[in-house]
Amino acid sequence: MQFVIYFSFATMSLAMVIIFIRLVIGPTLPDRVVALELLASVIVAMIGAYAIYTDTSSFIDVAIVAALTAFLAAIGFARFLERGGPRDD
Amino acid sequence: MIDWIIMLLMISSSIFILLAAIGVLRLPDLLTRMHASTKAGALGITLMMVAASFHFFESVVVAKSLAVIIFILITAPIAAHAIGRAGYFVGVPVWTKTVKDELINCYDPESHRLLSGLETEEELEAYRQNLDYKPRIRVTTKEKND
Repeated sequence: MQFVIYFSFATMSLAMVIIFIRLVIGPTLPDRVVALELLASVIVAMIGAYAIYTDTSSFIDVAIVAALTAFLAAIGFARFLERGGPRDD
Repeated sequence: MIDWIIMLLMISSSIFILLAAIGVLRLPDLLTRMHASTKAGALGITLMMVAASFHFFESVVVAKSLAVIIFILITAPIAAHAIGRAGYFVGVPVWTKTVKDELINCYDPESHRLLSGLETEEELEAYRQNLDYKPRIRVTTKEKND
């Protein structure tokens, strides 16, 4: 059990590093927004794994809030791009 | 027994998330990257929340995990749609091997309104006069007799 939890932490950390590469090199701003959204998804899954690791069920609430803020950030960026805000890729 | 189920769910969740990350890094343009991130990411969160609800196995935690799953399944397509639409208007370059762009003459670049291409001339004229005009939806050309 312990090994599996460490394995999933390691895999998700590797995924975060890979997404961060896309976040840095992403050629346009919508690419970076997609990378940010996926990064938030990884964070939500990581909070779930951490709740299992520490045996504390209160962390599921944190996962709810993290998912909510990620969605709001994505919608906000999309509205900003569509209204034609100043863009500096 | 239940430990094995939790382990299987956690391993598959983290592998799906890793696949989503690799897809975001490797795929060629914005739309294909969204295709990787939205579906595989949502499936990864879903599996991890199912693992958490199996681990705690209380009704409160199961309800919270179910709330997270339903929220993700509702919001991930909406966010992907919003970002894809914004990217289309911004003019993000698509992959060079893209076969078809069906929206290329259908979006009004001024008002961001989608035209179907089947409007009659007076409907287009009324639309140009008044940007709040909503064209009627034409369902079918056949008459319903029964």
